[in-house]
Amino acid sequence: MSLRLTARGLSVGHPGRPVLRDVELDVAPGEVLTVLGPSGCGKSTLLRALAGLLRPTGGELLADGRPLTGPGADRALVFQEDGLLPWRTVRRNVELPLAIAGLKRAERRAPVADWLGRVGLDGHGDRLPRELSGGQRQRVQLARALAGAPQAVLMDEPFGALDPQTRAAMQQLLLTVWEKERCTVVFVTHDVDEALLLGDRVAVLSGGTLAALHEVPAPRDPAADRSALRALLLTQYT
Amino acid sequence: MTARRRLLRVAALLGFLGLWQALTAWKVRAWVRFDHLPTVLQVADALRAQLGTAVYWQDLADSLRRISTGFALAAVLGVTAGVLTARSRTAADLIGPVLELVRPIPAIALVPVAIMLFPENEQGIVFITCAAAFFPVTVATRHAVRAVPPRWEEAVRTMGGGTGRVLFGVVLPGALPGVVGGLSVGLGVSWICVISAEMVSGQYGVGYRTWSAYTVLDYPGVFVGMATIGLLGWATSGAVELLGRRLTRWLPAPVPAGVGA
Repeated sequence: MSLRLTARGLSVGHPGRPVLRDVELDVAPGEVLTVLGPSGCGKSTLLRALAGLLRPTGGELLADGRPLTGPGADRALVFQEDGLLPWRTVRRNVELPLAIAGLKRAERRAPVADWLGRVGLDGHGDRLPRELSGGQRQRVQLARALAGAPQAVLMDEPFGALDPQTRAAMQQLLLTVWEKERCTVVFVTHDVDEALLLGDRVAVLSGGTLAALHEVPAPRDPAADRSALRALLLTQYT
Repeated sequence: MTARRRLLRVAALLGFLGLWQALTAWKVRAWVRFDHLPTVLQVADALRAQLGTAVYWQDLADSLRRISTGFALAAVLGVTAGVLTARSRTAADLIGPVLELVRPIPAIALVPVAIMLFPENEQGIVFITCAAAFFPVTVATRHAVRAVPPRWEEAVRTMGGGTGRVLFGVVLPGALPGVVGGLSVGLGVSWICVISAEMVSGQYGVGYRTWSAYTVLDYPGVFVGMATIGLLGWATSGAVELLGRRLTRWLPAPVPAGVGA
């Protein structure tokens, strides 16, 4: 199950002072779209609009062809940091989407244990977020986002605050998990290599508009040579 | 708490009592006059005598009942008002101005209002106690709710959580550390006001007994009342602090004072 996300002439922000202007974007079901841009270019705004947290001031946003009316369990959001509820243990954070969906306590146990295993956090279920490292917290966020079986996952620089080694491990984890789930992913980053590593396509945002949209050659193939596109992105990404 | 800190605390208390005993027993007059004040031993004698009377325990129970009723009401109303004014612009516009107008009035100045409003003294005292704690709780809650990071709410809403889930699953637990601060301050103000209200209009109660001891020049009795108030206040605020710490164990552990010193 995956969602098609479409933006038509999308503007978001304050009337007369939009953060995003006239964005045309069509994210295919099951696609990984990475959104690249410097800070302040409107990346997070685009993501929050797709999540339904921000209302468009112009144009429209569609999910599978139907207008988006607000946030919903079909589109999960992953934050750069501190997205976990600090008073809930790891387990209780991961089971939150299931609890919201109305699953009984006994019904939540198995999927939560499964997800904790898949992100490599077996045995950490009873810890509080503050007792985890930054990388572990992002693993919990990933598990929590996916536990609710969303059709699209919106990720706002999820690995941006991690050290390079942890970040590489998390990128691999994301790909492993995605390989099985095949949900639509919109992944915001300011790292060109990360955008190329993960995406089917790379959208470049600049000054609140969509500056370019590139197909990635041989997406997610570790052997592929993407140096030409990388060089091009570095010139566009300012 | 380490044994050293416990010892230090006991020593500080004993030192205070010792100083008081010395100043009053030697009837020190150095601009401030200690010669009329009862000594610690006199107060202790009076306390021992009172502990054996039913009236003492009756007073204690009355004061505790009044403060717990008033404080519990204030906690519920204050948290509700604080959340409403922080989360809803309409609520802020509707009740904000009235709250701001009434807030500066000291709760004890509401005694005439309480006497006119309620058929019985008892309810009036509870009303004043509640009014006293209400504002610190409201203001602390309002600030705490506004300070809850928006992404927690965004996370829950993108999991399909509705208003109720956001309110009880994010806003209230997220604001709790600040609310506990408000409750702590509110309880202190509540004690001031329950004692004052009892002095003015009570029958029974620690405040009433303290004031009536003064009117018959029973100074050790006055100090027994004060010591009782002090101990009750200490015990109840300790209980609130303990409860607060238990409920907010998820907060980042504070750096213990004295580390590195």
